[in-house]
Amino acid sequence: MARMKFLCDAERCIECNGCVTACKQEHEIPWGVNRRRVVTLNDGLPGEKSISVACMHCSDAPCMAVCPVDCFYKTSEGVVLHDKDLCIGCGYCFYACPFGAPQFPQDGAFGLRGKMDKCTFCAGGPEQDHSAVEFKKYGRNRLAEGKLPACAEMCSTKALLGGDGDVVADIYRTRVLTRGKGSEVWGWGTAYGKPETQQPAQPPAPKT
Amino acid sequence: MNARPIVFAACVLALAFFGGCGEKPTVTVYKQGQYQGKPDNVPWQSQPFNNDKASWETAIKARNNGQNEYLRVGTQ
Repeated sequence: MARMKFLCDAERCIECNGCVTACKQEHEIPWGVNRRRVVTLNDGLPGEKSISVACMHCSDAPCMAVCPVDCFYKTSEGVVLHDKDLCIGCGYCFYACPFGAPQFPQDGAFGLRGKMDKCTFCAGGPEQDHSAVEFKKYGRNRLAEGKLPACAEMCSTKALLGGDGDVVADIYRTRVLTRGKGSEVWGWGTAYGKPETQQPAQPPAPKT
Repeated sequence: MNARPIVFAACVLALAFFGGCGEKPTVTVYKQGQYQGKPDNVPWQSQPFNNDKASWETAIKARNNGQNEYLRVGTQ
């Protein structure tokens, strides 16, 4: 079994927010916390694109690197999880994460920031599987039930794919070859342009 | 002489003396760069798979391939 990964096909995402709703419902996420959300570029304009974003369960996760109490761990399936009993809610992981995945419940007075909450790839956390404690802290453990994340499994257009990275890549490759376009997964090229279109480096200023 | 106050005082002293024995360390000793939290188990360890990794992988693979509509409608 390879690493578990998410992939969102921007050619298919219709911004229905079904993945967001499925995640909220599956784990009974409190108000104000969004483990998953849909981002739309050029909203309302021809050619707008949407993409569903949550924790990408990075291979070299920056949240793990910056956590001052080392509460993150990675499972054998490559899912990045954390221990809420250790988390101090400092927010370093939020600053480090390029996807804005870490969320902090603010349900008290004076802008109280609670312990970090994020997408678990529906894999629960470091509590007994299927226990009430695990559900309360981390949500449902679908992976231990032999199921994939709720967001990906219920996606109506199958824009959001989740699961074994090799299989997900195969599905996406087949899709791109069949439709003949849309091979560019959102990343560096989409955000900053392709290398050949980049501006040439400025020559160094002459010495006076 | 009434021995009850002495026995009572001895019990209180013993409780105060041995009371600390049941105390657990509450401060985590951090080791830089290592996960400090509780251990987690593998997903196939509990119900319904009962440590049967092969059947868990089969279930996940079936779900994985269920996302491929080209497979589902049988065009490939």
